[in-house]
Amino acid sequence: MKKIVFALLGCVFFSLAFALEEETIFSSTHEKNRFIKLTSELRCLVCQNQNIAESNAPLAKDLRQQIFLQLEKGKSDQEIIDYLVKRYGDYILYRPPLKLSTFGLWTIPFLVTLGGLGYLFFYITRQRREK
Amino acid sequence: MKLSYLLPLCLFGLIAVILWRGLSLNPSLVPSPLLSQKAPDFSLPSLFNPKRLTSPKDFLGKVTVVNVWATWCHACREEHPFLLELAKQRDIYFYGLNYKDDLLLAKKWLTKAGNPYQLVGTDEEGQVAMDWGVYGIPETFILDKKGFIRKKYIGTLTPLIWQQELKPLIDELQQESP
Repeated sequence: MKKIVFALLGCVFFSLAFALEEETIFSSTHEKNRFIKLTSELRCLVCQNQNIAESNAPLAKDLRQQIFLQLEKGKSDQEIIDYLVKRYGDYILYRPPLKLSTFGLWTIPFLVTLGGLGYLFFYITRQRREK
Repeated sequence: MKLSYLLPLCLFGLIAVILWRGLSLNPSLVPSPLLSQKAPDFSLPSLFNPKRLTSPKDFLGKVTVVNVWATWCHACREEHPFLLELAKQRDIYFYGLNYKDDLLLAKKWLTKAGNPYQLVGTDEEGQVAMDWGVYGIPETFILDKKGFIRKKYIGTLTPLIWQQELKPLIDELQQESP
């Protein structure tokens, strides 16, 4: 009974893997890992809460194919990213680059947290000092 | 008013404004990085004459509307009657980019429903559309006489959108020299 349950669970988890339609044959495991990393860090512009690895959208399929072709051609990760950003803009990246326009995006959460903690600290110690 | 009341109130106000602004933004409209750049080059067979290759050279020198469409795209069919109206303007060049479509169906559709395009290029693989950053058709690009992309509109084109967002730009572009 246990064996059957484990086998079924195994099948479920295995099928939750990436939406590579056919069994895509990579030149190497290294290339396959690069493919998985790249496609999971790129946003699907059609289904925007999914990455290109997961999405079933036709565009995501085309982009996976394009990335695969470029990997086979020997392009570097950065070259592939540049190719996509040139066409679709920074929004396709899940990690927005640190630019002047995204400076606030990157720093404000930290500043707000520090500010909040600072105020909390000040508030608590003020209560202590007044005692 | 005491500072200890005023400060959190202002902070709340600031956050409220930021979030309110955020709610009015539409993330599905991805801004194009191609604005103010020369249109990506391509060489695509013409739908009605596959031996004839089409390229940006065909519309160089004229204010151009590049409309990306397909017969399987419902929203494209919705804007089609309006495109036919627009096409009556002689001073705008209409180029249709037929995206990942069945060529026979595309020909039948334009023959039956009317053809607003001076030229239609067939991008069966979608590679050219990818170069143009197409992700959700219908998409309409406005190009100036020098072949630079000046605006991209994503979605069904309507008379209102044309009047408010596109026509003012078109008029401006017509004044520019080729």
